[in-house]
Parts: sequence; structure tokens; C-alpha cells
Amino acid sequence: MEPKLGLDPAVVREARELARAAGQPIVELARTHTTVSVERAVLRLAGLDGADEDGMPWVNRLADAVRESAGLEHGVALPAWDALLTGEFSSLAVLARDAAAGKVKFRVPEGRDAAAARTAASVALGRGIAAIDARRAERDAMIRETSDPPKPWIYLIVATGDIYEDIPQAQAAAREGADIIAVIRSTGQSLLDYVPEGATREGYAGTYATRENFRLMRAALDDVSRELGRYVRLTNYASGLCMPEIAALAGLERLDMMLNDCMYGIIFRDINPRRTFIDQRFSRQVHARAGIVINTGEDNYLTTADAVDAAHTVVVSQLLNEFFGQEAGLADAQLGLGHAFEINPEVPDSFVLELAHAQLVRELFPNAPLKYMPPTKHMTGNVFAGYLLDAFFNLAGVMTDQSILLIGMMTEGIHTPFLSDRDLALENVRYVARAAGQLGENFRPPPGGLVQRRAHQVLGEAVDLLRRIGGDGLLGAIADGTFGITRRPADGGRGLDGVIARADGYYNPAIDILEGVS
Amino acid sequence: MTQSAPAAPARVIRPYGDTTGDGRVQLSFTLPVAFGSEEERALAEGAALQLAGSMGLDPAMVVHAKGMGPDFTFFIVYGRVGHLVDLSKVTVARREFPLLSAAEVNLRIRTGLGRKLVVLGACIGTDAHTVGIDAILNVKGHAGEKGLEYYREMRVVNLGAQVGVDDLVARTRAEHADAVLVSQVVTQREAHLAGAREVAAAFRAGQPGGRRPLLVVGGPRFDPAMAGDLGVDKIFGRGTTPREVASYLVHALAPAREAAHVGGAGDRA
Repeated sequence: MEPKLGLDPAVVREARELARAAGQPIVELARTHTTVSVERAVLRLAGLDGADEDGMPWVNRLADAVRESAGLEHGVALPAWDALLTGEFSSLAVLARDAAAGKVKFRVPEGRDAAAARTAASVALGRGIAAIDARRAERDAMIRETSDPPKPWIYLIVATGDIYEDIPQAQAAAREGADIIAVIRSTGQSLLDYVPEGATREGYAGTYATRENFRLMRAALDDVSRELGRYVRLTNYASGLCMPEIAALAGLERLDMMLNDCMYGIIFRDINPRRTFIDQRFSRQVHARAGIVINTGEDNYLTTADAVDAAHTVVVSQLLNEFFGQEAGLADAQLGLGHAFEINPEVPDSFVLELAHAQLVRELFPNAPLKYMPPTKHMTGNVFAGYLLDAFFNLAGVMTDQSILLIGMMTEGIHTPFLSDRDLALENVRYVARAAGQLGENFRPPPGGLVQRRAHQVLGEAVDLLRRIGGDGLLGAIADGTFGITRRPADGGRGLDGVIARADGYYNPAIDILEGVS
Repeated sequence: MTQSAPAAPARVIRPYGDTTGDGRVQLSFTLPVAFGSEEERALAEGAALQLAGSMGLDPAMVVHAKGMGPDFTFFIVYGRVGHLVDLSKVTVARREFPLLSAAEVNLRIRTGLGRKLVVLGACIGTDAHTVGIDAILNVKGHAGEKGLEYYREMRVVNLGAQVGVDDLVARTRAEHADAVLVSQVVTQREAHLAGAREVAAAFRAGQPGGRRPLLVVGGPRFDPAMAGDLGVDKIFGRGTTPREVASYLVHALAPAREAAHVGGAGDRA
């Protein structure tokens, strides 16, 4: 891609350095702490599945039991595998049942016992990570067997609440041209401190993310991928209080993309900032290993803040997401940084400003599969005007070489899309791609013109904001309402009680493997 | 909701296409029929015309038909309806408070209250389903509307699930809450009604004679007409959006300044 905006490389470099400086203390926080969900993800990767008769997963029961008697400061692995070895339990599942019944006394083993527990845990987690590696190889094989669709990838959402309704809808959407299917989660799942089990048929405005739902949908999309000769990707949400566990399940069931933003849960779900950042680092390490592309959620800021005034906060968040992602081992090609077409259409030259923003993001992150979100805030119920606005969104996406286009629905905000809404939306994007496919390379914003001036201004404001964050630290900036105009103090929000400082001798066999220590 | 008929002179009208009284309307819909072979297409268009005819379009014309996958066809139909609209018989459902934008809500709080409006929310009893209270309070919101946390002039305290009634009263006092929102999503044997009554009784007992906060309960099983019976100020049922709740709160707690001068008719109807 040829640069068009005349950005000053020194300014771009400074922006990245400032993002690194703002992010580094957060990485230190994540390296020195763990969470209940990180520890439960370790158990999931070791193969512990299922739930008790109340639907509470065994990973929760076991992690809670360990926390109660031995604490989680040393990680769940040492006490759990020590109990497994010394108590002669046949499996983690048997151990979890007895632990839940209060029959197991856990301890943090020392000396030879500790070494034995480490070895056993390391073998178990080695198997779990190998399963993720096998899933990744399976994806590559499926893509060879079918084909990888050209970009932009068309991203469509299904959300009936019932996995068995979602499946035919997702297959129909794939046949109609969708390259990526996202199954929206049930409202409020992000606030559950456990992952529900099994195939689910009831959700609120979405379908629960469960391992079985993942498996069912991936299998259905494999069928349709073979039928179409085109690999159809599956997306879900590694966010909320169970972010690390959902990431592990996504890797184990070969999901292809996961929503995984560094600040979304903090801002929009009032999840504790520390909890979020610690969970996030682990989840991204898993995604990196699984070959999963993350999608970040900057588009959401523009649903609360004004898309012109807050354009620079999107860029700042993208730079932070890039830093955190790369630090956790994600390749640039796994960074689906998000942004959105949300400027008020009443604003003069709104489309020109959208082009400037979209092109700026494209040039700042040339190797990232950018995810571009359609208008939602200014969709009024006038479906005809909405269809036109969606066409302009598609045009901006095609002109600025966006990688993933979430397809806008003219009935946005009215109802979950009708079959015909989706069909019309796909007709819209197909027309624009056909009519204007080469417009991008013929688009040369002149020096000093509005597009270039606006892009330089947004980048400049982003650098200014990053400098200010440098002073207070990122947690301070979040507490001050810098993002999405919502204030979130570092000690507020949900899930702080699940944050644990690591003791000396903390052992996490999954992280050791993911970081290449063992 | 109250029903009222506008006092307009009796007028009978028809839809307007391009000529007064032509009765022309447009319609689009999908039928689960194939649109492949010539025979299938004829059958599909005939099916669309039959539906349009049953809906009162005469004559009806299918101007667009498109197969969507193997099993569905999308239609755009124009036609003439013979139905008349008698404006004198139109009934208008009106909420007892105006629906305001977030900016209007914030302004009303600033001018009417002169400080932040404090809202406390909780799911009470054994109900662990915070989906309702979170949809109303979280910034993320619901149905395309941001939750109350998004309103700059509100301070929102969300206590989450399984909050005891005594704790609710104590926290309300500690936070100096103006309004308490109680959500009950999952209920057995009318537990939601008992829960709401218990809350109302606790606030009456907890603040005898004094000022109690505005009590609002919500959940899919509540009947909005039961507020008086349960001893609360307002009930919101299924499908309530954050904006409706915000608009009600300022209506009840931060009355518009002008209204005080108008008096009588307007606002009180």
C-alpha cells in the first residue's frame, strides 16, 4: 500500500514510543498478578470440563476450593497437581468433585513434591497447548482444502439466542457471501464469573458462548466452507470476567477471530481495570498461539463520544492495543484493530472526514487486518436513508483498503436483522466493491487538502493525549474518563476480588509454555 | 399510559401516493418460497399477490422479486388500499411523561436539581440475573440506547445481584440516593411481587415520616398498572429502554422549571 497522507514518520514513531511507555507498567502489573479466571483457564487447558448439577463449572469449583485452603498466590497448578499425585485421584474431574464436596485439603507443595507436581502439570498443559496447535494446523489445512477469500472479508452477525437457530442462519449468511460469522453473546455474559456449559437455546439478545456452542457452530461452518469452496471464519467474544477461559476454549475449538479489546470491558461493562488487563495478557498469549485474529473495540468509543471530537482516542486505543498485542506475542496479521464510520451525517464534509480517519488508520497499521464498523449511532429508522449511509460506509471501506467490513443493516436499532435486511446489505457491499474496486488506487488526497489536514490533526491530538497519559499512567487516564467519556477508577468495578498478587514461586505451566520458558 | 383523543375536526383520509385519495402504499416482505425455475417464480409472485390481496391491496403489483438462497423470496409490492382513516377515531397512547434525549435529561437535572441525580440499582432476593438492571444502568445499554451511567448528570451505583433488602436500604441512605431501581427477572410463584412489596415496606419503615427515595421496580413479569398496589412509584415492564427510565426519573425528581408557571392543564393530564 502506497502512503497517501504524507504522515511524518518521526511523529508516528513518537506515538508508538509513547504507547509503549503508557502500556509498560500495565504489562508489569499483569506479570506480577494472576486472576481466578487465568487459573481456571489453566485447568480448562489441562482438560477439565463439565459442571456440577447446578451448572457451576468444575473449574470454578476446583479453583475456589484451592483458593480457600491453599490460596492462589502460587497458581492453581502446584496445589492441584500435588493433590492429584498425593491423593491418587484418577483425573482432575474426580479431584474437582471431591474438592467441591470439601473432601480435599490442598497445600502448596515444597521440595520434591513441588517438583513432581510441576512435572505432572507441565505434561498436562503440554497436551492442552498441543491440542491448540493441532487446531491451528487443522485451520491451515481447511484453508488449503477450500480457499482463503479475498479481502475485504465480509463480516455478518447472527444472534438468535438459540444455537440451533443460529446454525442455519449462519450457513445461509455464508451462502449469501459472508466470510466471517460472529455469534453475538447473550447480554450480560461478560459479567458472569463462569462460562456456561453445553448447547444453549435461551439467551438475551444473543447466544451464550459455551464450548459446545463453539464446537457445533465451527462444525456447521466447516460443512458450508466445503460446500462453497471458501473458508468461513467464526468469531466470538473473549471479553468480560472469563476472558482467559473463553480464549482457551476458542483455541481448543478452532475459532478464527475473537473480540478482545484492552479497555472495552472496563469502559462499557464496569469490569475492574486491573482484572481486565491481567486477564487480557493471558488471553492474548493464547490467541497468539492459536493463530486467532483479535478484533479490538475502538468503534464502541464513538457510540458514546462524538466521532469527530474523539477520533484521536480511537487512534490512542489502537496504539495501546497494538503494543499490548505484540507484547503478548500476537503478529501484526493477528491485530484486527477496530474503528467505525460514526460521524453525524449532518456535519459538512462528514464523508471526507471519514475517509481521512479510515486512511489514517490504514497507514498507521499497514499490516493489520483492520476491522471497520458501519454506522449505528445515526441510523434513524429511516431505512432508505440508512441504506444510503451504509453504501457510503462501504465506499469508504473499499477506498481505504479496510480488511474486515462489518456489514451495516438498514434496520440497525429497529430489530435483529430480517433475512431480507441481510440480503440487501450484501447486495449493497457487492455493488460498491464492483463499482469502485479501483477507486482507492486512483484516490490521491492532495497535500494541504482536507483529508491530509484532518489526518495530521487527529494524529497530532493522539500524540498529545498519549503525552498526557504518560504523566498520569494509563490507569489514571481511564479513571479520568479519557476513553468513551466514562470514568473507571482502578479499584472500582467488578472482579477486583478475583485479582491475586503472585507470590515468589508462582507457577503457571500454560504461561511457561506460551512464553517459551519450558 | 392514558388514552386521549385529540379534539380535531372529523376528517377521513386515505394514503397519498401522488394524487389525493389514490390510496397507494408500498410494502416489502419475504416468503419462504423458492424463486428458481419459471414455474417457481410464477408461484412465488402469485403467493405475494395473494398475501397483498388479503392485506387489502387492490390492485397490487409485485415490482421486485428476488430469490434469497434456495428457499426464500423477497418482494417489493405497490398497491392501492381501500381503507379509510377516520382521524376523529384515532386513539393515541401517551406516557405520563415526555421522552427526553440524554442532553435534555442532563439539562433538566442541572436546572431542576442543581446537583447530580443519584441512582442506586440492584437485583434483590435470590435473583442472580442482572441482565435487566445492567441493560438499564451499564454504559453499554440496551436497544441502541446507552445506559444511565452514560448520563453525565447522574451518579449510578449498581449493587449487582442478590442484594438483601436491609443492605439496599442502608446503601440508599449512605449514598443519598434519589431513586432506587430494583430489578426482578427470574421469579417463581410470584416472588417478584413479594420482593417489590418487601422493598416498599422496608423503605417505609426505614424512613418513617421522612423523605424516601423514588422507588422503581422493573422486570418482564411485572404489570405496570400495579405500582400503587405494590407500594412503589413506578413499574417498568418488558422492553423498557434506559431512556424511558431516565426520562421518568427527571419527570419525577427534577421537574421542568417552566411547568411550575404553566400550572393546570398541560402537564397534569
